[in-house]
Amino acid sequence: MKSRNPSAEPKLPAASSIDDHVSPHLRLWMNRLYPYRKFGYAALAVLLAGIPLIANNYILEVLSNAWFYVVLCLGLNIVVGYAGLLDLGYAAFFAVGAYTTGILTSHFGVNFWLTIPCAIVLASLAGVIIGGPTLRLRSDYLAIVTLGFGEIVRIAARNLKITGGASGLIGINRPVFFGVELNQIYHYYYAFLILAVIAVFAAYRLQHSRLGRAWQYVREDEDAAEAMGIDRVAVKLCAYVIGAVFAGIAGCFFAAKMTAISPETFTFSQSVLILLGVVFGGMGKIPGVIIGALALVFFPEVFRAIGTMRILVFGIVMLIIMLYRPQGIWPERRN
Amino acid sequence: MALLEVKKINLSFGGLKVIDSLSFAVEENAIVSLIGPNGAGKTSVFNCLTGFYRPNDGDILFADRSIARRKPHKITQGGLARTFQNLRLFKNMTVLENVMSGMHCRTSAGVVGALFRPDFQRREEALIRKVSEDCLEFVGILDQKDRYANNLPYGDQRRVEWARALATRPRLILFDEPAAGLNYDEKERLVQLIHRIRDELGITVLLIEHDMGLVMKISEWIYVIDYGHKIAEGTADDVKNDPHVIEAYLGKDENVAA
Repeated sequence: MKSRNPSAEPKLPAASSIDDHVSPHLRLWMNRLYPYRKFGYAALAVLLAGIPLIANNYILEVLSNAWFYVVLCLGLNIVVGYAGLLDLGYAAFFAVGAYTTGILTSHFGVNFWLTIPCAIVLASLAGVIIGGPTLRLRSDYLAIVTLGFGEIVRIAARNLKITGGASGLIGINRPVFFGVELNQIYHYYYAFLILAVIAVFAAYRLQHSRLGRAWQYVREDEDAAEAMGIDRVAVKLCAYVIGAVFAGIAGCFFAAKMTAISPETFTFSQSVLILLGVVFGGMGKIPGVIIGALALVFFPEVFRAIGTMRILVFGIVMLIIMLYRPQGIWPERRN
Repeated sequence: MALLEVKKINLSFGGLKVIDSLSFAVEENAIVSLIGPNGAGKTSVFNCLTGFYRPNDGDILFADRSIARRKPHKITQGGLARTFQNLRLFKNMTVLENVMSGMHCRTSAGVVGALFRPDFQRREEALIRKVSEDCLEFVGILDQKDRYANNLPYGDQRRVEWARALATRPRLILFDEPAAGLNYDEKERLVQLIHRIRDELGITVLLIEHDMGLVMKISEWIYVIDYGHKIAEGTADDVKNDPHVIEAYLGKDENVAA
């Protein structure tokens, strides 16, 4: 059966037509530099690790924030980008992590590091609670339900005694790491940088796995995926839970860094912002999502001089990108 | 004992009766066809067999176990694979990745496997790849494995679907109009392929097909349905000369189909 019908259609060129937006020159250079990528990574690692030696507190603050959003965006990318589920209440999972750490350390004096596994369990639970009954819904309905869920968590936090009501929790204990209390901004720069690296690693490995493929099958064609023996509800739930865990862990460190949290941190616009980072960079593409997250944080800082106008400019830039590159700014990788 | 046994299933959508007390059986290692005029309910039968529709009553036994109320992925895991009438490939994935989806239900690595890549996960990934490549080789498009599915010519896309169904390692494979849109040569190769699937892989084949030449050539047993009801069964010669079949296909106000 090897011999193929000679009268069949002529072979199409191997490069696909999905994305021709990258100029051939750029593509050429990307291919040429590819063998040397290890040096690139090493240089980047040295640069990122060395930044606290030269940067001031303002820059470190912004960068810590940037790494923090990288973790959140990569987590949401698993839900939205890989599994193709629109989630408008992602901040709720981040709130679960932050409040777990906040409540356990300030009310019960639990060691910060022990609150992380608790946050993982609770965030997963939240993922199952929201996902279990709703994942049978198709996308639009799911989006509405997740939006509602996000608001429920925020309003619950606002009205419960244990979460400190509208004024939130203050005096969250700083974590101690090998005898050093983490109370300097550069501590958190490193903490979030490490989290971001772990998040990139985890996202990459998940994407290139049996589970990652299953997400893509379900996203491309649910019925066909089911016909191939894939349990679509289980696979989606898994994406939900993993996304929730990313946000939960990020939330723990967020609480420790801020030492105070309030319900207003976890609003709908927070969820939208994270989603924006994912869509802006390019759903499902790790480098794109990282760039999206960085853009999210850097943009308002760079345009701080123009005051509230920057929101308008940000909106216009978003519009332009969505009009001309709806697939996000990062190019598709095709072979 | 038959591998697949359909016992008096009924299916209606609102007031419309799509399947009407239909019974039939498929013996292990046979090549069986289900034919009927347009709108006779053939694809609905397939959808019932594969769990996409639930029959209102009646039962479906596969390898002596009822599958009438099982979910589609469970049925596939149980060894019953299908292809779709309108191609349902994962278009933005490579041919190989498409076929690898079939092995999903035969493997188990989860989150821990993905993150830490222990030995068992690596072996499993290698196995998935190997089986998928074997299936592509079997249908004759291994050389296309790294191309994106939607860039393939139509005939090859069909073959990707067959390879994908084979990769689930089924005992019974359901082909929904496999010859639709194929040219003469491709149809000839399809006939060979179906024989090889049965003879070399030992997989039982049930197909829906409109191309009567093909059906008559390969089927060992044929069921004819019309309005969701079985009107005839038998070998190709029996069916060809059955007055009910001729009436169903050539009857007064039917368009000629055969």
